[in-house]
Amino acid sequence: MKLNINGKSVDVTADRDMPLLWALRDVLGLTGTKFGCGAGFCGACTVQLDGEPVRGCQTPVSAVGTAKITTIEGLSASAWGRKLQDAWVALDVPQCGYCQAGQLLAAEALLRTTPKPTDADIDAAMSGNICRCATYTRIRAAIKQAAAA
Amino acid sequence: MNIQLSRRNFLFASAAVGGGLYLGLSPERAEAAEPGKLNAWVVIPAAGRIRIMASNPEVGQGIRTSLPMVICEELDADWAAVEIMPTLADAKIYGRQVAGGSQAMPTQYEPMRRVGAAARGMILQAASTAWGVPVAELSTDKGHVVHGTKRAPYGQFAAGAAALPAPDAASVAVKDPKAFRLIGSFQPGVNNRAIVAGKQDYGIDAVVPGMLYAAFHKSGVQGAKVKSANLAAIKAMGGVKDAFIVAGTEEYEGLASGVAILADTTWHAERARAALKVEWSDSPAAFQSTATWTKLAADAKGKPAALPIHASGDVSAAMAKATKRVAADYAYPFIPHVPMEPINCTARVDGDKVEIWAPTQNPEPGRAAVAKLLGVPPENVTIHMMRVGGGFGRRLQNDYMVEAAAIAKQAGRPVKLTWTREDDITQDYLRPGGWHYLEAGLDAQGRCIAWDNHFISYGRDGKFARAAGIGPTDFPAGIVEDFRLGATVLPLIHTTGFLRAPSNNAFGFVTQGFIDEVAHAAGADPVQFRRDFLGTPRIIGDPKSRGPYNTGRMRAVLDKAAAMAGWGRKLPKRAGLGVAFHFSHLGYFANVIEASVAADGTVKVHKVWVAGDIGRQIVNTAGAMNQVQGSILDALGACMGHEITFADGAIEQRNFGDVPMLRNEQIPPIEVAFLTPDYPVTGLGEPAYPAVAPALANAIFAATGVRLRKLPLDVSLLKA
Repeated sequence: MKLNINGKSVDVTADRDMPLLWALRDVLGLTGTKFGCGAGFCGACTVQLDGEPVRGCQTPVSAVGTAKITTIEGLSASAWGRKLQDAWVALDVPQCGYCQAGQLLAAEALLRTTPKPTDADIDAAMSGNICRCATYTRIRAAIKQAAAA
Repeated sequence: MNIQLSRRNFLFASAAVGGGLYLGLSPERAEAAEPGKLNAWVVIPAAGRIRIMASNPEVGQGIRTSLPMVICEELDADWAAVEIMPTLADAKIYGRQVAGGSQAMPTQYEPMRRVGAAARGMILQAASTAWGVPVAELSTDKGHVVHGTKRAPYGQFAAGAAALPAPDAASVAVKDPKAFRLIGSFQPGVNNRAIVAGKQDYGIDAVVPGMLYAAFHKSGVQGAKVKSANLAAIKAMGGVKDAFIVAGTEEYEGLASGVAILADTTWHAERARAALKVEWSDSPAAFQSTATWTKLAADAKGKPAALPIHASGDVSAAMAKATKRVAADYAYPFIPHVPMEPINCTARVDGDKVEIWAPTQNPEPGRAAVAKLLGVPPENVTIHMMRVGGGFGRRLQNDYMVEAAAIAKQAGRPVKLTWTREDDITQDYLRPGGWHYLEAGLDAQGRCIAWDNHFISYGRDGKFARAAGIGPTDFPAGIVEDFRLGATVLPLIHTTGFLRAPSNNAFGFVTQGFIDEVAHAAGADPVQFRRDFLGTPRIIGDPKSRGPYNTGRMRAVLDKAAAMAGWGRKLPKRAGLGVAFHFSHLGYFANVIEASVAADGTVKVHKVWVAGDIGRQIVNTAGAMNQVQGSILDALGACMGHEITFADGAIEQRNFGDVPMLRNEQIPPIEVAFLTPDYPVTGLGEPAYPAVAPALANAIFAATGVRLRKLPLDVSLLKA
């Protein structure tokens, strides 16, 4: 089947029910999308479908259709994505960093629809993404810095 | 090649290819001198970027940034221009390569300063010869040697420096800390840019040509062995390339028995695993049950402790003359590590050569275990220390490394073994649970004159399991004259291990909760009581145990945290301030937490004030604040909701749904102050953790009058 990943059309040979997470990681070698729980609890595998954050582990590859997939490898194509990346680096958000791909894709979707988010907006948009190192304080600050940039 | 000997380390210098300087510091001269091996700490090429090695496992503690910062400061190179390179695991070259015990800074800060200073000194010496001016007239700036208006990059003198004898490590002069430009500044992690672009490889991202993706199915009841499995059916499933039984070894914590399924993707391996049918042998661990242990612990109450740990004075006599006695029972559960990156390892076995790509906190024991299992010399095992997606102590164990190597050998193919989150939780090396039956005696002046603790934890054959023990001189031994500590050991087979601030992460809750009770029994203010309890500044504790610690430094952080929080101020109904302090991993921390309790029992943490003392210097303020915030929130999350229970020998929890992690909307503001008295620099991965749960429990008591003595905190007891 054909998938549109980060603006490119890509041929993928995968079972229809294979989760997008594993098609990205093990079939296509796009390992920036991370496996965390396999059950939709943690958000580490967050990618965007037509700009909406979804759980890669809960999305069968056959359900993607013609939707445009954005992974962390494609985040810098977005102006908001670049601002977020800069803020993440400058404020030293990552500790282990493993969850940050998912956090960034959730944050980019937030800022694209809500350029000046309130704390409540951030709470609602980011609640599905666990950070085991608990970098939440800096994630919030970095979203605000990117929004102001 | 020139080598100088110091008491513990050798500095050595040699010429790098193309005329550069290659400066190393090594515990073993012979290994250090091995030509062609990437074994230096600093490489100054004739042209191009200066390279600084990052030798320690990076688990998110920021060590691949902070230790190179220390070298770079003394080298006086340009931090923005140097290249930081992770090294292989090789203790013979790099010494201690462990992410554990908050030990990197206490053991490596001073040696790394000298590596940087020695390289700078040799460059200056070579420049002095080249320019024909005394060293005293030269200075350095951002990787350049400067003389008047003359300025040249270090690389220009690297060949000359490489021909000089390396100085004696012990005699190398280092900077006056007042001159630090890099140490003490805010430096984002060196891998941040790669992380935010999805370009940073973690262990789980390793790819080796020809590798298969492996799932490894083991019994939730540890020790059970595979008798049979429907391998033919599994091998016929889509994407599956092979499936076989791993017999496992006989020794405790050896290679576990299980079924390995190898497929062309992780998902195919896991899909096949869901169809796996296994007959297991009986396990000696089948008795394990939280209900049974709880009953055994209750039965032990009031009975003498089977295992005396420490006693001083005469507790019975002191209790008899006490004017008031306070007794309380504290308890805490097993808790898991749940690092964000699930457990994984990639291995390739080629004849008697083994190559491992592992997210490990402690590679050398893994090397030894792999070499032993496969019967190869340890030096034939190459270990790539991949960036680690969270450790928290779980990856001090290397069981997954042994499994991956065994499966790769049996398969005759390289494999990437990935555990599921369910594997991670059900096969964890758990933080052991425990109970403390405590009693304290007060004299007429309200001073604590007696302390008795019957500690109950887990182990085998009457000995504590890993990380289940208690230090004989742990606080408050040595403070209370008449003191007794004894233990009862309950039987356990499931693996236990170190979790951030091991044992302290539980004992802090117990001792600081109970002291609060004693303070209230004495009619004293909880902060003032603690100040009096610590008494005059002095050193307490046995260097062989977890001390010694300085009561004056502890009092200073206690006073600071209390002042930051405005201790003593009036709070609304069902709101309160709680205080706690704890010494661990050479660090002094005190917290005050403000919490309120809703009518339905819901607890809200409004703010956490933290005062810490880890010596005279914070190396990287960016990483330091991350570690404190992370430790505080890690502890908060655990005390509010983490509990592992057993039934029929196995762990009952499966995924994050059973182990709720703190989420964005639950995060309180955290205000941190570091005191920097003139003591050696120590580490920060752990010591901010232990005083959190007790500060919260004490705040809840202040708000409601309900004393919670068991973790996780049961808020259903707090309904108005």
